[in-house]
Amino acid sequence: MSSLLSVKNMSINFDTPRGSLEAVRGVDIEIPAGTSVGVVGESGSGKTVMCRAAMGLLQGSNVKRSGTVVFDGHELTAMSKEEVRNLFGSGMAMIFQDPMTALNPVRRIGSQLSEGLRVRLGMSKEDALVRSKELLELVRIPNAAAILKSFPYQLSGGMRQRVMIAIAIACNPKLLFADEPTTALDVTVQAQILQLLRELREDLQMSMVLVTHDLGVVAGNTDYVAVMYAGEVVEYAPTTKLFADMRMPYTEALLESIPKVDHKSGTRLAVIAGRLPNPTDRGAGCSFAPRCKYAQEKCHKEHPELKKDPDGHLYRCWFPIGVAL
Amino acid sequence: MLVSDRGGVVMAGSGTAHMRNTVDAVLTVRDLTVEFRVAKDKIVKAVSGLSFDVIRGETLAIVGESGCGKTTLARAVLQLPPPNSGEVVLDGTDLTLLPKENLRSARTSMQMIFQDPISSLDPRMTVHQLIDEPLEIWGRGTRAERDERINNLLNNVGLEPELVLNRRSYEFSGGQCQRISIARALALDPRMLICDEPVSALDVSIQAQILNLLQDMKDQFGLTMVFISHDLAVVKAVSNRVMVMYLGKICEVAAPDALYSKPAHHYTKALLDSVPIADPTRQRKTELLQGEPPSPMNPPSGCRFRTRCHAASVRCAEQEPQLQEVAPGQFVACHHPIV
Repeated sequence: MSSLLSVKNMSINFDTPRGSLEAVRGVDIEIPAGTSVGVVGESGSGKTVMCRAAMGLLQGSNVKRSGTVVFDGHELTAMSKEEVRNLFGSGMAMIFQDPMTALNPVRRIGSQLSEGLRVRLGMSKEDALVRSKELLELVRIPNAAAILKSFPYQLSGGMRQRVMIAIAIACNPKLLFADEPTTALDVTVQAQILQLLRELREDLQMSMVLVTHDLGVVAGNTDYVAVMYAGEVVEYAPTTKLFADMRMPYTEALLESIPKVDHKSGTRLAVIAGRLPNPTDRGAGCSFAPRCKYAQEKCHKEHPELKKDPDGHLYRCWFPIGVAL
Repeated sequence: MLVSDRGGVVMAGSGTAHMRNTVDAVLTVRDLTVEFRVAKDKIVKAVSGLSFDVIRGETLAIVGESGCGKTTLARAVLQLPPPNSGEVVLDGTDLTLLPKENLRSARTSMQMIFQDPISSLDPRMTVHQLIDEPLEIWGRGTRAERDERINNLLNNVGLEPELVLNRRSYEFSGGQCQRISIARALALDPRMLICDEPVSALDVSIQAQILNLLQDMKDQFGLTMVFISHDLAVVKAVSNRVMVMYLGKICEVAAPDALYSKPAHHYTKALLDSVPIADPTRQRKTELLQGEPPSPMNPPSGCRFRTRCHAASVRCAEQEPQLQEVAPGQFVACHHPIV
């Protein structure tokens, strides 16, 4: 299968007053065309930075990048800001976590939605508004004509996220980055938005990168999952394979910490003790070792290499679960 | 039709069958109504004639979507602002009748933990000042006693006093800020803790830590808790009783195990079906709850959930369902409960 997006050996460092901060370390990721890939990890694990870098968005003077990003035959890392920008909308698009702040509060929905259509597709104002109304209907917003004239504050969080999705898909992107698209929403609305994204992906033949901290969200909505920890991809596998036969103790711990409706009430939840290591000093061994219940001496001293099962399942662990040593 | 003591007409509540009327009740709320006037002739009916009680040592979870009135309800219990009508009885005292100064001292026995742990702490105050503030205002002990108390509280919530005392909230992660909020809420030895979505803003891995901590603090300090959330999975681990709310009314009240294994209200079932399952081979095929709740300015007649309910009949529009016991300890306000 051909890759729509291919990230090779990507590292991102930020210069900070307290030293160089290693946000992403040597990440390799392939997004095959027509698939949905989940990126899972805790706050601060580098998921958002990785996505932004993959979109070519991180170009500040305090950012040090290395590695290559190839999207649909274009090597983004070798292109100028303007050239990358021309790929936004029709090539790649993004929806953000917080629908409350991602929209401009002083512009009507219609003007924000038609902007991309006019700039990218060269539509006239009238045509763009007609298409905007169709797009709102496509994301199942009732009464689309009235919503076009509304301001963001007049809409609920779920409605705003639907508007964000409409803006993102306006120019038929090949790849949609969804960065925690449902984290700020109620569970009922979350279920609706995830269903909408599934349907749109099928109708528009769109690939998706779904960033989330919740393995539950990933389970029904992705074909592949990359688990990130401390700036690295520590496990990568097809979604069904990952859940059935996970290799990383971190993935297991993350899954166990989810509160589930079929838990017996009053039982204690499993926790991952401690927290992410300091990003300016990751230490020599495995980054997860201080929190890992299976950690041995080797884990604290040597950084594990990325290993590969014959079926392509990748993991970064000295003592993986379910593998005889 | 009922007439409230402030003159306006209020809608009938969904009944009181679930009230236990025992002397062990720490908090008893009867016929609580909160309405906000937003324009000359527009009134938001946030909470409509709601009753419940919480027994000593119990955790009552209040669950519902955004806008169902759960936060308004919690604030009305604390008289922030006072409700339009109804009684809030804490330890035998009706808070709605208390003069201002007595209310202020009554509030020390009930504390609240908020959803956003970072913005609910003053960024200019150190952790020491944050936790000391309530102790100082109420003159609890000498300087040395207060410092010892602050250290104990921080140890209790799993923070190292020497490392955190002189730092400010922006230097901490969301989970750590929530621990500080919990320490601050416990400073005055409250009898009752109201947690308003305490883990919604946190990562799943941190959620579990905070939920376990709240459970420990409850056992250690002998607290009675009200726990508000939109996520049924989260409340299961911590609650003894769950109350599901929709548009300012009660849908269902039951013990968690009964409610989760056999939900009787269609709304409870829809909420349960929305929780993502962390297993790709076990995805649900059921129909999702569509749309969003109608405006609380103009709630539907009869059963308020009927506009989104697939089992709704003519009767649901005409007659408001009252809470009835469908199984021991399980109460549901529905004309067509799931059996």
